[in-house]
Amino acid sequence: MSAVLKDPSIYAARKRANLIGLVLSMSAMAIGLVFLLWILTILLFKGFSALSFSLLTQSTPAPGSEGGGLANAIVGSLMIVMSCSFLSTPIGVLAGVYLSEYGDRSKMASITRFVNDIMLSAPSIVIGLFVYALVVVPSKHFSGWAGTVALSLIAIPVVVRTTENMLKLVPVSLREAAFALGAPKWKVSTSVVLKAAKSGVMTGLLLALARVSGETAPLLFTALNNQFFTMDMNKPMANLPVVIFHSP
Amino acid sequence: MNDADNLMTPHRQSVLRWQRWQDFFFEKTTMAFALSTLVALTGIIVSLFLSSWPVLTTFGFEFFYTIEWDIINSKFGGLIAIFGTVATASIAILIALPLSFGIAVFLTETCPMPLRRPLGTAIELLAAVPSIIYGMFGLFVFAPLFAEYVQPALAATLGQVPGVGILFTGAFNGIGILAAGLILAMMILPFIASVMRDVFEIVPPILKESAYGIGCTTWEVVTKIVLPYTKTGVVGGVMLGLGRALGETMAVTFVIGNAHKLSPSLFSPGNSIASTLANEFGEAEPGLHYASLFSLGLALFLITLVVLSLAKWMLIRAEAKKGMKS
Amino acid sequence: MLKVKSFVAALGLSAIAATAMAAELTGAGATFPFPIYAKWAEAYKAKKGHSMNYQSIGSSGGIKQIKAKTVDVGATDAPLSADELDKEGLIQFPAIIGGVVAVVNVDGIKPGQLKFTGDVLADVFAGVIAKWNDKRIADLNPGVALPDAAITVVHRADGSGTTAVFTDYLAKVNANWKSTVGAGAAVKWPAASSVGGKGNEGVAANVTRIKNSIGYVEYAYAKKNNMAHLNLRNQAGQFVEPDDETFAAASASTDWSKIPGMSIYLTNAPGAKSWPITGASFILMYKEPSNKANSAEVLKFFDFAFKEGKKMASDLEYVPMPDATTNFIRSSVWNKVNVK
Repeated sequence: MSAVLKDPSIYAARKRANLIGLVLSMSAMAIGLVFLLWILTILLFKGFSALSFSLLTQSTPAPGSEGGGLANAIVGSLMIVMSCSFLSTPIGVLAGVYLSEYGDRSKMASITRFVNDIMLSAPSIVIGLFVYALVVVPSKHFSGWAGTVALSLIAIPVVVRTTENMLKLVPVSLREAAFALGAPKWKVSTSVVLKAAKSGVMTGLLLALARVSGETAPLLFTALNNQFFTMDMNKPMANLPVVIFHSP
Repeated sequence: MNDADNLMTPHRQSVLRWQRWQDFFFEKTTMAFALSTLVALTGIIVSLFLSSWPVLTTFGFEFFYTIEWDIINSKFGGLIAIFGTVATASIAILIALPLSFGIAVFLTETCPMPLRRPLGTAIELLAAVPSIIYGMFGLFVFAPLFAEYVQPALAATLGQVPGVGILFTGAFNGIGILAAGLILAMMILPFIASVMRDVFEIVPPILKESAYGIGCTTWEVVTKIVLPYTKTGVVGGVMLGLGRALGETMAVTFVIGNAHKLSPSLFSPGNSIASTLANEFGEAEPGLHYASLFSLGLALFLITLVVLSLAKWMLIRAEAKKGMKS
Repeated sequence: MLKVKSFVAALGLSAIAATAMAAELTGAGATFPFPIYAKWAEAYKAKKGHSMNYQSIGSSGGIKQIKAKTVDVGATDAPLSADELDKEGLIQFPAIIGGVVAVVNVDGIKPGQLKFTGDVLADVFAGVIAKWNDKRIADLNPGVALPDAAITVVHRADGSGTTAVFTDYLAKVNANWKSTVGAGAAVKWPAASSVGGKGNEGVAANVTRIKNSIGYVEYAYAKKNNMAHLNLRNQAGQFVEPDDETFAAASASTDWSKIPGMSIYLTNAPGAKSWPITGASFILMYKEPSNKANSAEVLKFFDFAFKEGKKMASDLEYVPMPDATTNFIRSSVWNKVNVK
């Protein structure tokens, strides 16, 4: 009896495969961590020495000048991303509500879902080109608003996708209970379902904003860049990603 | 019976009518917003098509497989850029896929419990790094090391194998198609890994426990139970990563070398669609150059569309085989 | 807390106040003069409060954006011909003169240590000379240890006036280059191992990072990044170093007032002390601008730069335009811009 349990060769191959697989997966984890630590330490080491109060208060200097900071880029990025959030939140959330509450019945909803997924993976530079042709050329100047439009086109599909997923997770029984009390559908959607999924929707919004605040390509030809500090969204605005792009 | 008729007082009827109007408006408003993405996408495709029309009339469809990019003489061909995009994305997926699978397996199966959250967060942190940081990292840190150590090693080992060897010839300057593919792999690794880990985690424990109960090893549980169960999510995550790799601009522009050349060697510099657009869009005057850039953008959009549709089709087939309604 | 609040309020108020009164001008174009334009803009803002926001997107980008009227002023090192200026309704004038240098990244080579002729330089960029220890390079540099390594050529990935000036020179001194590649803002680079960088900054970044590479940048970028430049033999047969004296010598013989549209390349200039790859950078503006107030302000900016920006220019190794030329520009070119 004990001889059978003592590791005959038919189990050895499976054990071996198990060991190899797990060791490989641990090394994959190690490789991933190595890269992360590498990037983070380089960012910290090289960036830390440049951290100073003037970084937050002075604008980008001319090449060859000493000093200066990133105030115009930081403020510009903040303004563009904030306006993007004001634009994409209502559009994205309401579209997500439509897809989840009314979406099971209509063909249009499934087409919209498919189109939304395509927009999710659309290359950000193509969106930048589109906004250049649509906003910058007719208005005859680069502007922070054009940058906002470009970023919104990237953020809205993310918000729609996550809102729909979160709303779908709300149990049907909650909806049915609200209907049974006589609430109209719009009230059920907003006061019951949306409220229940509130934190998930907020997470989706934050995800979208996090994604767009790092995007460079859509801002290259829309908001351009600005050597000086400006809070006028109607003019080219400095933003962190493009400043980084132009700096080497 | 009388009481039932008395329930519908005029006041209540008007309230109900008002609520029906509200529902109607709510549905139509939300539908309008939902259609906005449809309108935006159609607008993008239409404007891409219209702007690239001159190229299609001048060169026809052979634009997409011609090797040429002569700005002065207005002769353009898209194959260099398309090849660069496809090659770098393929390298990225080839490397990122097994690595993310390994990471997901480690995080869900073998990782000690106290380490799981911090390591998972660390991987997600990698996903949050903006792509331009990857580009700069690639050019300033990765490329010199790549040229110094990895490229000579590759040329000495795989470069000597007949057939495959031609992929590893050329000068060791640390940038090129292979370098761009590696940086892209680093970039999409966290995306695919976190999606895989998320779907691996929602596998019902009872399935895994039953498998362990009959004596399966961890590896067998992962490959034969978890993976088939989460097929949909895994494919979705891979497609998400692939979509990002195809469309990525900044990480690639810094390290791909920006040369309009097509060469069989992976060490040679090349160009991808996104990097060509980033470099040349600001200056292309309306004419064939401008139209060619838009044609490249259209090609990229179509490639992404094909990849996504393929993924969706695979998923629908998988669901149908399981007997579920798509 | 109150101090922070009042600080933030003051910041906001001053920002609003500043933007309310000050003109905000937008310019885009060549990376060649970007260091000096940015310096002038900084000084102008400090003095007058108006901001000239200049973005370096490449000369071809500057031409395209001024034609699309998305900027107030375009800048290019590759000048437009007089015919094209008339067709588009533009005026053109040179704002600054600088030099393009070839830079290398080879172990042990210091700035100005290697000597090249234009012919050899063209053959290197054409890929005809493929290795650093090629006989023709070694003959010009006896005693210098050159590695047995392949040369990686770094060029511009975007349409560039710097490329136009550089290839104009190569076409003048090498017949093979002239017939096979030609001159222009974006040419087909024939070398087998060639890499493109975006802007002068990108070429500088690539050359400093890639071993055994050679590229071409405007001299300010070479100086800023401590790169090893090459000395070249000029038309008079002398090997010269790049600096503002040799750039000035190259442009000394040009009579700007006689040239239609002021459109000329200063490469391969005669003179014993001339730097062979000198170029001027030009400004493009509309004769009938859509924003007259901004255009008037742009002229005032360049007036300031011509009068008070000379020392800033020579500190960065550019050559400011001589007074005779700037007087000509004021009287005969700026009066064509309708700012009434």
